[in-house]
Amino acid sequence: MTETQKIYFYPLWLRIWHGINALCIILLIITGINLQSGSENPLIGFNTCINIHNVSGITVTLNYLLFFFGNLFTNNKSFYIVKPKGFLKRPIKQAKYYAWGMFTGMSAPYPLSEKRKFNPLQKYFYILVMYIAVPIVVVTGIGLFFPEIIIEKIYSISGVSVTAVLHSAMGFFISIFLVIHIYVSTIGKSPLDNFKSIITGWHHIEKNK
Amino acid sequence: MKHCLIIFTFILFTFYSLKSSGQWYDDPVNHSCLKCHAFQTYSFHNDLMDKEEKRLMNPFFIQDTVALKKGVHKQFDCTDCHSYEYETYPHSANLKLEPMATCLDCHGGDETFAPYQFEKIDEEVKKSIHYQVYGENFTCSKCHSQHTYTTTARNSNDVLEIVNYSNQICLSCHNDMRKYMLISGHENPKLVEIHNWLPNQELHFQHVRCIECHTEVVDGLMVSHNIQGKDKAVRKCAECHTSDSRLKSSLYKYQNLQVRSEGGVLNTIFSNDSYIIGMQESPFLKLASIIIFIATLGGIVIHLTFRIIKKK
Repeated sequence: MTETQKIYFYPLWLRIWHGINALCIILLIITGINLQSGSENPLIGFNTCINIHNVSGITVTLNYLLFFFGNLFTNNKSFYIVKPKGFLKRPIKQAKYYAWGMFTGMSAPYPLSEKRKFNPLQKYFYILVMYIAVPIVVVTGIGLFFPEIIIEKIYSISGVSVTAVLHSAMGFFISIFLVIHIYVSTIGKSPLDNFKSIITGWHHIEKNK
Repeated sequence: MKHCLIIFTFILFTFYSLKSSGQWYDDPVNHSCLKCHAFQTYSFHNDLMDKEEKRLMNPFFIQDTVALKKGVHKQFDCTDCHSYEYETYPHSANLKLEPMATCLDCHGGDETFAPYQFEKIDEEVKKSIHYQVYGENFTCSKCHSQHTYTTTARNSNDVLEIVNYSNQICLSCHNDMRKYMLISGHENPKLVEIHNWLPNQELHFQHVRCIECHTEVVDGLMVSHNIQGKDKAVRKCAECHTSDSRLKSSLYKYQNLQVRSEGGVLNTIFSNDSYIIGMQESPFLKLASIIIFIATLGGIVIHLTFRIIKKK
């Protein structure tokens, strides 16, 4: 027998931040691919792509402040703390569960609760994306927005090129994360349950009785 | 007598050899033309009033002696091209009406200058918007000063120098209302404003020649001289920012720049010689991104298949 428990995982500020971030990052990925593909898209012109990319980029940058200070001043930051004990063992155990265990009747090694909003693998990816990839993409994005502030040469390579490559490499990493993030979100009580949670704030957790 | 003649010929030859490397312009103060035309003011004796006078020189007639010495025609003295009658002052009014030598007068039909393709350039100029607007009065010298012209693009390895030199030629009129009006009959549009649509405008202006977007690229010519109207200007970013870049068929025609773009192992690994911004710039990163993307999708499809089978 399983019992479903409802936990208020996502406060309003977090849902607003997540919603804005989701929309803007999707726009950034679509326009970003268009911009660097070097071909004219008949649906969205190059100029429109630039405008959408710039506006979305600025929005994500400002929105990042909401995430940063929201975490700083609320209890949400505690979910991002990594314990040194089992630093690699814990995410590996979770990965094994996703790859094998969940199909063989194994119970989740790190079930979510009021004290654990993310499983270890989730936590590691969120930290990588939100505290490394997004800041890099923001800083390099600002650099490309104001190219005159970029160092002219980094060794023998153009500073603009290095910034552009770093920007799109991080953008690519975020895109891959997004694909995995959306897919993993379908693993839940039902494929759409986690999507409803991030809108309502309430997360359903199934517990064995 | 015979010996005297040999010595005289030797002295004359030595003197001429020295002059031929631009030494005509070494001493402008004592040069019959430059003593006036290298300075902001000039002095002369007014015979009519019988007095010494000092006047301002017309700024368009002032010559930069440093630039003269660097120019491709440095071996020529002023009167090699201009009439000897200019050596008297006041200059005869009729002199201004005499036709000046054009580039083709010296360079046309000469095998020595065949690589420069002056005739082909002349054909292209006649198709250009400049010729359409100003007719045959739009001579080569409107853009290329015979006094100071240097073959920067052919000799420099520095793209920025080539771009700046080329763009200054355009800006000398397009950023100067008086000179622009002489040709077009109306005021010059503000370049920054009409290029507002161009992303990173300043960066483009510094790194790309105006002619890259404003001419029709001709395969046989180093520099296309068919300057086109604004309605035909390149506005699509993709024309340069692709692996089949327009710049590769224009600016990078120069062998010295080709070599430069291919130089350096680090550069080869890091980027190709196209102008695509981002990871696509590096063939290695491009391949890696494709592999990672396919692996991710593959992993998801396999996982999803198992979930469907196991109803998870």
